[in-house]
Amino acid sequence: MNDMTQTNFERALKIVGSRPARPDGVDKVTGRALFGADKSLPNMLVGRVLRSPYAHAKILSIDTSKAEKLKGVKAIITSVDFEDFPSEFVPNGEMVVNMKDITRNVMAREKVLYVGHTVAAIAATDEDIAEQALALIDVKYEVLPHVLEVEDAEKSDAPLLHDDMMTIGVEPAPTSASNVAKRVEFGFGDVEKGFSEADLVVEREFTTQQVHQGYIEPHACLASVSEDGQAELWCTTQGPFVVRNFCSKLLGFNAAQIRVTASEIGGGFGGKTVVYLEPLALALSRKSCRPVKMEMNRAEVFTASGPTSGAKIWVKIGVKNNGQITAGDCILKYQAGAFQGAPVGPGAMCAFAPYDLTNVRAVGYDIVVNRPKVAAYRAPGGPISEYGVESVIDEIALKIGMDPIDLRLKNAAKEGTIAPYGPKLGPIGMIETLEAAKDHPHYSAPLGPNQARGVASGFWFNIGGETSSSITINEDGTVGLTLGTPDIGGSRASMAMMASEELGVPMELIKPIIGDTNSLGFNFLTGGSRATFSTGTTVVESTREAIGELKKRAALLWEVSLDQVEWVDGHARLISGDEPKTMSLAQIAKQAGKTGGPIMANCSMNVTGAGPSLGTHIVDVEVDKETGRVSIIRYTAIQDAGKAIHPAYVEGQLQGGAVQGIGWALNEEYIYNDKGELENTGFLDYRIPVCSDVPMIDTVIVEVPNPNHPYGVRGVGETPIIPPLAAISNAVSRATNKRFDELPLSPPKVLAKLMHG
Amino acid sequence: MDYVAPKTAMEASEALVQDGAFALAGGTDLLVKLKTKFISPNIVVDIKQVPKITSIEESMDGWWIGAATPCAEIVEHESLCQDWPGVVEALSLIGSTQIQGRATLGGNLCNASPAADSVPALIAANGTCVISGQTGEREEPIENIVISPGATVLAKGEFILGFKLPKPPSGSGDAYLRLIPRSEMDIAVVGVGTSVSVDKNKKITSIRISLGAIAPTQVILDGLEDIFIGKEPDEDSINKLVSLAESACRPIKDKRGTIEYRTKIAGVLAKRTLNIAYERATNH
Ligand SMILES: Cc1cc2nc3c(=O)[nH]c(=O)nc-3n(C[C@H](O)[C@H](O)[C@H](O)COP(=O)(O)OP(=O)(O)OC[C@H]3O[C@@H](n4cnc5c(N)ncnc54)[C@H](O)[C@@H]3O)c2cc1C
Repeated sequence: MNDMTQTNFERALKIVGSRPARPDGVDKVTGRALFGADKSLPNMLVGRVLRSPYAHAKILSIDTSKAEKLKGVKAIITSVDFEDFPSEFVPNGEMVVNMKDITRNVMAREKVLYVGHTVAAIAATDEDIAEQALALIDVKYEVLPHVLEVEDAEKSDAPLLHDDMMTIGVEPAPTSASNVAKRVEFGFGDVEKGFSEADLVVEREFTTQQVHQGYIEPHACLASVSEDGQAELWCTTQGPFVVRNFCSKLLGFNAAQIRVTASEIGGGFGGKTVVYLEPLALALSRKSCRPVKMEMNRAEVFTASGPTSGAKIWVKIGVKNNGQITAGDCILKYQAGAFQGAPVGPGAMCAFAPYDLTNVRAVGYDIVVNRPKVAAYRAPGGPISEYGVESVIDEIALKIGMDPIDLRLKNAAKEGTIAPYGPKLGPIGMIETLEAAKDHPHYSAPLGPNQARGVASGFWFNIGGETSSSITINEDGTVGLTLGTPDIGGSRASMAMMASEELGVPMELIKPIIGDTNSLGFNFLTGGSRATFSTGTTVVESTREAIGELKKRAALLWEVSLDQVEWVDGHARLISGDEPKTMSLAQIAKQAGKTGGPIMANCSMNVTGAGPSLGTHIVDVEVDKETGRVSIIRYTAIQDAGKAIHPAYVEGQLQGGAVQGIGWALNEEYIYNDKGELENTGFLDYRIPVCSDVPMIDTVIVEVPNPNHPYGVRGVGETPIIPPLAAISNAVSRATNKRFDELPLSPPKVLAKLMHG
Repeated sequence: MDYVAPKTAMEASEALVQDGAFALAGGTDLLVKLKTKFISPNIVVDIKQVPKITSIEESMDGWWIGAATPCAEIVEHESLCQDWPGVVEALSLIGSTQIQGRATLGGNLCNASPAADSVPALIAANGTCVISGQTGEREEPIENIVISPGATVLAKGEFILGFKLPKPPSGSGDAYLRLIPRSEMDIAVVGVGTSVSVDKNKKITSIRISLGAIAPTQVILDGLEDIFIGKEPDEDSINKLVSLAESACRPIKDKRGTIEYRTKIAGVLAKRTLNIAYERATNH
């Protein structure tokens, strides 16, 4: 790890903290940037997927013979083209995955488990032929009863998705299978004792619906496998190395055989951390020995990629009349989709994490249902559990007549607090964001008729993980950065800025690129708000190493010892000597050939010490009491960034997270019919907010440095989606004098509650 | 699939008589249906070059709005906006700026969606449409065109050439409101168009209300005359209007709103559009 005593927190910064244009900006606004579907190769085939029409059915047989005979069809794959795996949890970067489930999600084997589940795939010379061929595949199913909701799935007589699934984490261990994959529990103290000491106890049940990340770019990839088994894969992903590992395991390649290049990415938000089309395209290409391109349409994205869980949750909190929380308890039941792996663990861990509690318990259940397998979505699990807790906190504030920010301040977690999930917290910014919220003019602005204000806070862990990047000093004094975490939110700019700050050369002379999987050591994906923290740490580290090398070369040229050379503002400078002597980076670089060859450094490490990021949001809503329609009138998102390397991109994260949270709170939901078919498979009926639905989201960046990053960076990408759900629900509750406990707060639901209570 | 762009109404009708022929105006519905393979035309007949089909004209008798005039042009027509603010309001809600550069009234009507925004307003305005076919032209009230979702009365070879709206007498006003969960780029849960005229004493002399998205086709409210003619709207008459609107609903329950919700909203929007239209009429 770099020398943390060399602190940058106090040092005057020239680049870090400024707002330069992003290196990838021009290509994005001119349309030159290449996204997942933008690459083509000679002789390329089109790949298409045959999907299950049933929510739950046994596959009796698949006959592809007619389709194979169609002219132009070059390859057809089904589950027989994939190796099976035992049920076993294996690490893939920071994820723990079960290859038995992954291979079945990529291609159904014994059963289909949701409408849209892949049953077969075809590569053909054009789209029309591929479509015709799909229709010629004859699949015989035995339709089984299906189950969509957790409260139905956990019943003992529910249709079983996996007849060998025994609930993990319950005593005594069950002897029969169920849809409950596991139970988790976090906390300490004695909640019953805590409740008995309370002056007021509030408990409430909440429901949230399944929601999709809603990235604008559908999944897409281009695979090319040569006759000697060398594979190239171009795809839209948050983690090319993770894709490589998934695909090599699924297809029996070794890691060196597959080179994965990440395209520009049109949004991921956690949804592009797993594989869907990639292994299919590789398998089709291997079979046909031709490049195969595959793209999902929007309906496929909704039905067959991973949204996040819908959930049923129960929260109980006890307080003293002075606002001191005596105990917090919750039970979370999250939909996993067709295979286990709902984000209920993190949901339970962070449910009460904004607070300093003595008696706390969070219990979670991971429950399989006949819906697509969930994938990560910004702070996976956090928005759901914290929505429940933050709603009850608001209800308590009203009942004891306390300002909701004061109530939170009274119980706020701070440095030294034992988090409900175990560790002692380092410096965190809960109090600072609450104080910033209270001081913000928004918090005291007057409200109009039918308007009310809501607040809520949010906690997210953030992660580090395996990371590798490199820096090269070019002969003309320019600099190349090769990074392994795809740039989703402006990270190329932030990395170039940190390198620029360290080197003392203008950012415009630094060219950051995202390398492919052969150009660097393993990088875990861009997720967990880790890129600026983890890749940033390696960039600073390798840049410092490069500076060391530059100083060495200058010492050689000056024929002095290394300790006579220091690095100042992009120049080597002779410390002693009669007259001041300097040599620019470009001058040193030009002579690198005769001082030992090209100058390059890299840093590969498992970065630790990520700092949790806390946020507090304030929202004003107006409720049309005759129609139930909720309008967002004003919105302020406040968050601790540790250090904002590029404040505009931090603000962008806060705004984007807030808007996604607004969508989750107001209108987004998966709507199924009684056959288990998704009814809203497009953006007309799956209502993410449009621009006119949201006001300009005001932001305040609070900076409580993370001591484990050279500039104090925490992750910022995930926390901002947590507070909006409760903040909006609290505001609507205050505007109507009814406590809302169900999302989305869509007009029909709000009106029904206003009419019937 | 063939494409033709005939220069006369007769050529257009001849092209449209063919099997699998579809008229193309702005294409904002047609292209979506094409791409999602909902339809597979043999021939697409672009009607935009037919004379009069993209013009807006004002005369003593009233207004002519060519069926293929893009909504964006209609919105910018100042005197039409003054005469029929509700109609213009309705069509200005269609899609977005980009969509309105292409979308047309003919397309909105003939797509025959119960949720089409311009249709209730045009019906409330007592509009008619001129239909062109192989045997010449005929005129029909707008409410006669759509017979069920996706189906119109137009015979083979027929298409809509344009719409006629009367010149509103002084003391007239119209209004259109729709409810959508979002604020744009959405489809109406309910849409209501209302048009009223008043005398010098602000008493209502005529009233017409049409509702969209509450039944398979647009609905015209019956029985309004008994409630409103010769009076100013008051609490009692408005309550009656709300019940009338609610009981006119024969909605389907679907993902866009429950039956109870649509019904409730029909009443609310009927009331609100009447208030706006009446206010406009008394200031006209
Ligand atoms: C993103 C988006 C948002 C939208 N939002 C709305 C909205 O808010 N409200 C709303 O009401 N609609 C909306 N629409 C639907 C559509 O834009 C409107 O219905 C529009 O008015 C259709 O007009 P057009 O000229 O594009 O029709 P086209 O697509 O050209 O035609 C539609 C249908 O009518 C037929 N047709 C067209 N003109 C004639 C004619 N003169 N005579 C006979 N038949 C004809 C065509 O053959 C076709 O079947 C939206 C569409 C999109 C893509």
